[in-house]
Amino acid sequence: MNIPMIARRVLLAALVLGLTAPAAYADRRSEAKSQVDFGIKVAQRGLWKEATYRWERAAEIDPTYAAAWNNLAVAYEQQGQFDEARKAYEKALELDPDNLLIQQNYDLFKEINDRAKGRDSR
Amino acid sequence: MTARRAATAVSLGLALGLGACTSFYEIPITTPIQPKLDVSAFRRVLVAGFITGGSEDVDANLETVRLLRSQLRTKSDLTVIEADVLNLADKAAPASETVKTEPSDQQEADRRIRNQRDLEPFEHVFADVAFWKKLGEEYQEPLIVTGTVLFTPHSRSGMVERAQEVVDAFGRRRVVPVRTYMERKGFILNPKFIFIDGRTGTTLYSESFREEVLYSAQQNTPALSSYFELMDRLIPSFLSTLSAQKIRGTRVLLK
Repeated sequence: MNIPMIARRVLLAALVLGLTAPAAYADRRSEAKSQVDFGIKVAQRGLWKEATYRWERAAEIDPTYAAAWNNLAVAYEQQGQFDEARKAYEKALELDPDNLLIQQNYDLFKEINDRAKGRDSR
Repeated sequence: MTARRAATAVSLGLALGLGACTSFYEIPITTPIQPKLDVSAFRRVLVAGFITGGSEDVDANLETVRLLRSQLRTKSDLTVIEADVLNLADKAAPASETVKTEPSDQQEADRRIRNQRDLEPFEHVFADVAFWKKLGEEYQEPLIVTGTVLFTPHSRSGMVERAQEVVDAFGRRRVVPVRTYMERKGFILNPKFIFIDGRTGTTLYSESFREEVLYSAQQNTPALSSYFELMDRLIPSFLSTLSAQKIRGTRVLLK
């Protein structure tokens, strides 16, 4: 008698979770997206510190949002933080491996990063 | 009905197109590249002189010192010390050869140095800490730039691919790649820049480069022009050792 009761509860919990999880995900993505949009607006005005903060927030709210990581990488690159930029680009590509725009950004970044690393030092 | 469907498809396509257009933004960025060497401890730089070899048509020691000083004067924050150009080849000549060589005869040294192997017996001078420290004291402990420059004539013959314009049977002009045998001559520039701490006499950093240029055998390009053409390619890398640079580019921001 107890087993069907437990099964029913588990089923109910799964149902509730199944119904609320997508909504929670959508909320997170929507909040992250508004941070990304604001970041783009301020970056276009040259306010890169503010843009970095917004995209860091977006990546924190929704760590699966590839665009946030891509934009964050661009911001780090603009500020000469090459290690952070590389990690962010790699994260963006891990989340969206077929995105040619992220790949293009990453290729251009690598070209500059190689130059910055120098050559045959002593 | 079909027309309505077509209209719906067109507007959907337009909407998707517009959506796609607004989902990314191209943005100009300026990437700062930090210098390879921290020169914040120095306010002055002395381009002392170079051990040079190869072509006798160019005084590579004098020309390199003059070129680097003028570049540093305009593109770095360091004060460039104007001093006589050091004849390092004399200072560094192996003991057995100094007897044979007239003192201060740079051309004589250049005649002896034809390739990298010829340079090796002279290179011990860069590790002479006492010498560089003494020089540093004379000029109030600057950053010292020195090294070796090998500027050698070079020729090569073989098949090369070049573009040739052809007119086909219909009178249309086309450019096609054609392989032809060519004799070419030019120069190879092999500089090694060494940065020495004028306070201690020790080497802080060194960097080697290799650039070459080839012209058709009929072309008569003066050695000095080739020297400057090759140095022009290296100067940005040389400067990036001492001063920060900014590289402009564009990236794509995504929504």
